Amino acid sequence: MIGWRWDFTLSILPRLLEATLNTLLAAGMGYAIAMVLGLIFALGQRTPIKPLTFILREFIEFIRSTPLVLQIFFVFYVGPQFGIRLSPWTAGMIAIGLHYAAYLSEVYRGALNAVPRGQWEAATSLNLSMRQTYGRIIIPQALPHAIAGMGNYLVGIFKDTPMLSVIGVAELMHTANAIGAENYRFLEPFTMVGIIFLVISLPTAALVRLFETWLRRKLGMIR
Amino acid sequence: MTAKPLADYPLELSGPDAPMVRFRNVTKRYGDLTVLDSLNLDVAEGEMVTIIGPSGSGKTTVLRMLMTLEPIDGGVIYVDGRPLTHMPGQGGLIRADARHLRRERANIGMCFQHFNLFPHMTALENCMEGPVQVLGLSKQDARERGEELLEMVGMADKRDEHPARLSGGQQQRVAIARALAMRPKVMLFDEVTSALDPEVTGEVTSVIRNLVGAHNLTMLMVTHQMGFARDISDRVCFFYDGRIEEQGTPDELFDNPQQERTQQFLSAVNEAF
Amino acid sequence: MQYGPRLLDGAWVSVQQTVLAAGVAIVIALSMGLMRMAPVLPVRWAATVYIEVFRGTSLLVQLYWVFFVLPLFGLTLDKFLAGFLTVGMNLGAYGAELVRGAIRSVPRGQWEAALALNMSPARRMWRIILPQALVVMLPAWGNLMIELLKGTALVALISVADLMFVARQINSSTFLSAQTFGTALILYYVAARFFITPGMRWLERRLGRHLSRTGGTRT
Repeated sequence: MIGWRWDFTLSILPRLLEATLNTLLAAGMGYAIAMVLGLIFALGQRTPIKPLTFILREFIEFIRSTPLVLQIFFVFYVGPQFGIRLSPWTAGMIAIGLHYAAYLSEVYRGALNAVPRGQWEAATSLNLSMRQTYGRIIIPQALPHAIAGMGNYLVGIFKDTPMLSVIGVAELMHTANAIGAENYRFLEPFTMVGIIFLVISLPTAALVRLFETWLRRKLGMIR
Repeated sequence: MTAKPLADYPLELSGPDAPMVRFRNVTKRYGDLTVLDSLNLDVAEGEMVTIIGPSGSGKTTVLRMLMTLEPIDGGVIYVDGRPLTHMPGQGGLIRADARHLRRERANIGMCFQHFNLFPHMTALENCMEGPVQVLGLSKQDARERGEELLEMVGMADKRDEHPARLSGGQQQRVAIARALAMRPKVMLFDEVTSALDPEVTGEVTSVIRNLVGAHNLTMLMVTHQMGFARDISDRVCFFYDGRIEEQGTPDELFDNPQQERTQQFLSAVNEAF
Repeated sequence: MQYGPRLLDGAWVSVQQTVLAAGVAIVIALSMGLMRMAPVLPVRWAATVYIEVFRGTSLLVQLYWVFFVLPLFGLTLDKFLAGFLTVGMNLGAYGAELVRGAIRSVPRGQWEAALALNMSPARRMWRIILPQALVVMLPAWGNLMIELLKGTALVALISVADLMFVARQINSSTFLSAQTFGTALILYYVAARFFITPGMRWLERRLGRHLSRTGGTRT
């Protein structure tokens, strides 16, 4: 029976914490890409251009139905096959950004559809432009509907960052693996990884729920 | 289906007798269903016209097309002498583009059956939104205008409340103030009392009553409130199956309906009382 | 394309993993979901801990932990077993929430009627409540099944020879990445879109036929 060694744990902690920062950065950047791209996907499906909406829908379904880790491999290895070399970080950001953009676009679509049709008509009757209608009337009302889903995926993308380790991104899982291989001790690094994930994801999930309530109240819609 | 330019429609309506609103041969289809069939209707400036009829007769569609909420399938709608749904081009009239619609739409305002107030804004902010964003008024001027109008509809003390805290009748009055803040030449009322409890319809109808004749405002109303329509309208149109079955002054239509369908409708409505 | 058979072998392993993991997930979801509703506090607490731990850490971390760390405690699992067991335990935690929500959505009147007929709690749950909760849960379980399918891809990283493992192997020898990984992606997509989703819909129709008659359907 192997015993837990605290001295070892403490010695690897700095390296693990540094890797955690990398993980947070990866999650943050990936999510930022996904938020913007997801909005483009969602709005793109509202255009009257039939071929575009069809392609977008199929693409989104495809991404949501296939494993993220496989998509990461695809993006990373396909580039060199055609002469484009992507760094692990870039490939990872593209893959994870696309993946979560597909999920977020569904959240956005649901939120936009949740705004009553009458709001669009009232905006037209006041002769507001499309930008004003979206920016000042529709999106503020769609936001609370989107927050719950968006928050869930924020926690989700954070938990999915270990998949980036398979293409060599120096995030938390990858670092723990390296530490384990170097020292022939996996117990402490892997357990610490688990604990760090819990410590970050659980409070974040709770915060998301609180934020949603606050946002609803602030926008005056006491539902 | 790119239609060729319409050549046999005037590019503008001029002269002292030109109507404020003109529907000329207007047709509207939903798939196989023809909701409006070559409709011709004129409304003079300052006139108050009420449209009545059974559901499915196309009366709400008339208002919605005038507010450009629905596209037109045939004919032309003119507002203030100029085409609304079409614009001059290629030697005749071609379908209006977004820019033209936005320009001409400024003359028209609408109040809806379900109010459609913006829930994330206060009553006053609702009234200020159009003037600030579209008309370019300063916040100060828009606020003054908004407060004046809210005062007029009797909602001045609720100016800082959100719609969720207002009753139906109160919301509808704010909606009227909001529409008026844009100073439209034509006001449309789409069954504005149908979603209200009977006891409170009075607050809304009295506001509308006060508007009749003010500032030469042209008004079109769709309603089931026959008594009210009779009281304030200059003309009443009875719609059936997408066409005007009969029209006339309130006295003419209500006391002496000529067409059988009109008589049937009016007696059915009267039984409901 | 001579790699076709190898990919299909890998796909078969993935299918097995998915089905077995689904079985584990269903058992876990039912037990944890019911435990969460137990009147006894420690039982509820234990289930909550399980659910939060498995949902709060990622599947890959759990897989590595089972593969690298458990042996240190004397528990060395065969990797095939470790694979579907971990995937099932992870997704079972999500399933537990679905079970709980669905059970709570069964109208109060059903519980009371069963009580009035003097049914024991176990019989009441088994014959009255669960069948109705099942119909409510099915659509969300459809999504969970697809997540299970996607989750099994990770077992390749603990050297289980599933579809993704084979794809990586072929890729590292041929470097025809687009074809290899592309084909693998398409196979997963076909499995999800043309087998799992229609399968779940069929299940919904079959089970819902008898159960949603009593004013419960909203189309």
